[in-house]
Amino acid sequence: MADDELSLTFAALADPTRRAILARLAQGEATVNELAEPFAISVQAVSKHLKVLERAGLISRGRDAQWRPCRLERAPLQTASEWIERYRHVQRARMDRLDQVIQNIAGSRRQEKGQDNERD
Amino acid sequence: MSETELIVEPGRQDIVMSRVFNADRATVFAALTDAEALSQWWGALDGGTNVERHDPRPGGTWRFVNRDKDGNEYAFQGVFHDVVPDERIVQTMEFLGMPGHVLLETATLEEVEGGTRYTSVSVFQSVEDRDGMVAAGMEHGARADMEKLAELVEKKG
Repeated sequence: MADDELSLTFAALADPTRRAILARLAQGEATVNELAEPFAISVQAVSKHLKVLERAGLISRGRDAQWRPCRLERAPLQTASEWIERYRHVQRARMDRLDQVIQNIAGSRRQEKGQDNERD
Repeated sequence: MSETELIVEPGRQDIVMSRVFNADRATVFAALTDAEALSQWWGALDGGTNVERHDPRPGGTWRFVNRDKDGNEYAFQGVFHDVVPDERIVQTMEFLGMPGHVLLETATLEEVEGGTRYTSVSVFQSVEDRDGMVAAGMEHGARADMEKLAELVEKKG
C-alpha cells in the first residue's frame, strides 16, 4: 500500500474503532486504559489501533513510560478535509453544468408546447 | 440556485451526491440519458465529453472519452443494470486510468418542492478505490480549471 501521508490518514480512518478513539480524543487527552474502556476489545487491541493512528500522525503520545497520554493531532485531518473539498468543487461545477443543460431542455420543451397550443 | 450536497466521509467506500433541479423529472431524466445533453455537462474539460457509446437500458453499455489540449485521453465505461424512465438509473462505471476498479452508481429522481431531487449513491470496491477516484477526479478537474483560466486570459489578450 502507498505510504504517503494522505494514504496513511485515510487508511487509519478506515476503521470504526479508530474513528471512535479519535472522537474520544477530540474531547481531551486520555490513557490507553481510559480509551479501551468503552470497547469490548482488549487493551492490547486498542494499543494496536493506537500504533496505526500514531504512524499516520493522527495522535501523539506522552514520553512518560508509565503514563503515556494520547493526544489528537488535527493537522492530518485538516489535510484530508481540504483534499475532499477540492473534489467537492469539481462535482459542484459538474452539477452546475447539468443544471444549465436541464434549464435549456425545459426551455425548448416549453417553446414546443407553446407552438402546439397555437396550432390548436 | 440549489446547492449540491456531497458526502465524502473519510474511511468509507461511498460517495453520496444530491441536488434539486428546477424542472420536472422527465426533463432531468432527459439530461441524464440524452447523448447530446451528456456531452455538454458530464466532462470537466473545455472540449466536453465525446459520447462514443450510450445505450441506457438494462444490459446496455456506455463509453465516454474526454480529451485535453495536450491530447491526453480520459476514458470511462460501464454497463446499465436498471433504467426506469424518470425514476432510476443503476450503472457501473470504470475509469480506464484505473482499470479493474469498478463502482456501482444508483441515481434516483424524486419530485420535491421546487422541482426534482437528483440523488446519486456511488459505492466503490474499497476505501482505497474511492479515495483513488477522488484523487483522479481532482487532478482532472484541476487541469480543466487551468485550461479555462488560460482561455479567459487568451481572449482578453
